[in-house]
Amino acid sequence: MSPSPYLRAVDRDGKTELAAAGSWTASHATELERVIDAVDGDAAVAKAAAINMRGIEAFDTYGAWLLERLIRSHEARGQILPIVGLAERYQGLLEEVRHVNREATDAKADANFVVLTLETVGRGVENLGRDLVMFVNMLGSLCFAAMAMVLKPRSFRLMSAVHHLDRVAWQAVPIILLITFLIGGIIAQQGFFHFRKFGADDYVVDMVGILILRELGVLIVAIMVAGRSGSSYTAEIGSMKMREEIDALRTMGLDPVSILLLPRVVALVIALPLLTFLGSMAALYGGGLVAWLYGGMNPEIFIARLKEAISLTHFKVGLIKAPFMALAIGVVACSEGLKVRGSSESLGLQTTASVVKSIFLVIVLDGLFAIFFASIGM
Amino acid sequence: MNTLNEAPAIRVRDLVVGFGDRVVLDHLALNVRRGEILGFVGGSGSGKSVLLRTIIGLLPKRQGTIEVLGVDLGPANDEAWRALERRWGVLFQHGALFSSLTALQNVQVPMREHLVLSERLMREVALAKLEMVGLNARDGDKLPSELSGGMTKRVALARALALDPELVFLDEPTSGLDPIAAGDFDELIRTLQQTLGLTVFMVTHDLESLNTVCDRIAALADGKVIAIGSISEMRRSPHPWMKAYFQGKRGRKLSPGLSAMES
Repeated sequence: MSPSPYLRAVDRDGKTELAAAGSWTASHATELERVIDAVDGDAAVAKAAAINMRGIEAFDTYGAWLLERLIRSHEARGQILPIVGLAERYQGLLEEVRHVNREATDAKADANFVVLTLETVGRGVENLGRDLVMFVNMLGSLCFAAMAMVLKPRSFRLMSAVHHLDRVAWQAVPIILLITFLIGGIIAQQGFFHFRKFGADDYVVDMVGILILRELGVLIVAIMVAGRSGSSYTAEIGSMKMREEIDALRTMGLDPVSILLLPRVVALVIALPLLTFLGSMAALYGGGLVAWLYGGMNPEIFIARLKEAISLTHFKVGLIKAPFMALAIGVVACSEGLKVRGSSESLGLQTTASVVKSIFLVIVLDGLFAIFFASIGM
Repeated sequence: MNTLNEAPAIRVRDLVVGFGDRVVLDHLALNVRRGEILGFVGGSGSGKSVLLRTIIGLLPKRQGTIEVLGVDLGPANDEAWRALERRWGVLFQHGALFSSLTALQNVQVPMREHLVLSERLMREVALAKLEMVGLNARDGDKLPSELSGGMTKRVALARALALDPELVFLDEPTSGLDPIAAGDFDELIRTLQQTLGLTVFMVTHDLESLNTVCDRIAALADGKVIAIGSISEMRRSPHPWMKAYFQGKRGRKLSPGLSAMES
């Protein structure tokens, strides 16, 4: 192990001199900084005529910088501290360090707390407005691309849409079926548990049927799809943005919206109603199974009650909502993807934002639809 | 910095590296002396980067010994590796800056990891490093996505030099830079090598930098080092690949006098 750094005032020919020794290197930098700070604050040392570096055994940028710092702090007090005895091979390094850190670069000053809070709120509102504009913008360009597709059907990337349909619909079927099946079962179980207290067992079927077909089926599937496919859209588009692939498409005269985004959104708009249908059926199946095994209700009776309780309207209400929710998820996923900047951190940030915003929008849409259907009597 | 120590900076013996049934490095031997700048050339896909990555421990070797700064890497344990990693710096081909950190924070990463320093000293030394590679303090607050190609390489070099290493590995440091920037970068490497007493292992395709900064050049072909020596020795090599490389159109253009004299 190399010897510790060392700096001390000594008397030499009646003058005070700073004598340095040891290794002035990175691994001793903390020690060295302490030694130098101690010397720097000392009044007796302030009169030192020179600093003698003859005893130095090793010297690197860290040592050089700390030496330079000591000299500058002397200079600031109007004193000059010449260096003597520094080995030839270290001169170049010291010379290099002489020029650095001349510009004042104080770390950012802390702003007032109130100002900081106001700034955060202001930026939040500004971002919200910008998000809204971006959402509408993205919706507009997707509609435009869709119109172009209708006018020139051959320009549509069918292969791409089918590929994405496979990913967001077909490959999602098992997990969607499983989750909705479980949720249907849980709702039925809870219904039996609580309704039994006042002998309303039969109404469990009404509750399960209406709740699932109108609300829960589509809502759960939409949330699952937002987490599963919306996030992957954002990540894909975001990483393409990072690697300048989207810029490359633009320069080739190709429209990223119609090539990358439209097929994805179309796939999502087709997939969500299909998945909602499958999910609702699985949930009803789960509900029926629990009714049979837990509630002691025969499957024939369950089906007969279900026929009485629900009508085609309930089924339609659920299914009509699905494509709109899919559109919201797709638009949010694409616009968040395009917001990704160069860093990997921003990719993660936008993917999170995409999922959070699309789930929020799905629920808001569901609320709006509830008002709408209530007022038209569906 | 014990430059007087005679053990070579890098000593590779009988190294075999391969992927699947493809052997990339075939019983390769190489010595890098302390304090020299060694330029390493070879055709695309000849295994230059594989050699570099094997030496720094990113790829496994099948056979052979590698000694870096007097430490045999084969039996070295984690602690020895950590100690060794402090003594070398690596500049990756595309910079490999951490994209979520600013340039200054990137330079501070190895300091935070390996040293115990006060925030003030860390900031000052990191700024000093950035200035030494020709950037200014304002660039320190930029994120990698806001830096140009040349600046990225400079920040990456500053990061490689953060701990005052004895040995730096440079993977194509001048690729993607314009000739002026590449020339500046060469000069920078030369200056830093002299002031800091570095040993430099540089994989490069840039004939200009081979000519101006490298003390010695090693050439890789068919999984072996086929020649090692100064640039004029390289030019005299009878190996067909070397002839094509150093006496091709671009090779000749650099120093017509030398080629004319030799032919």
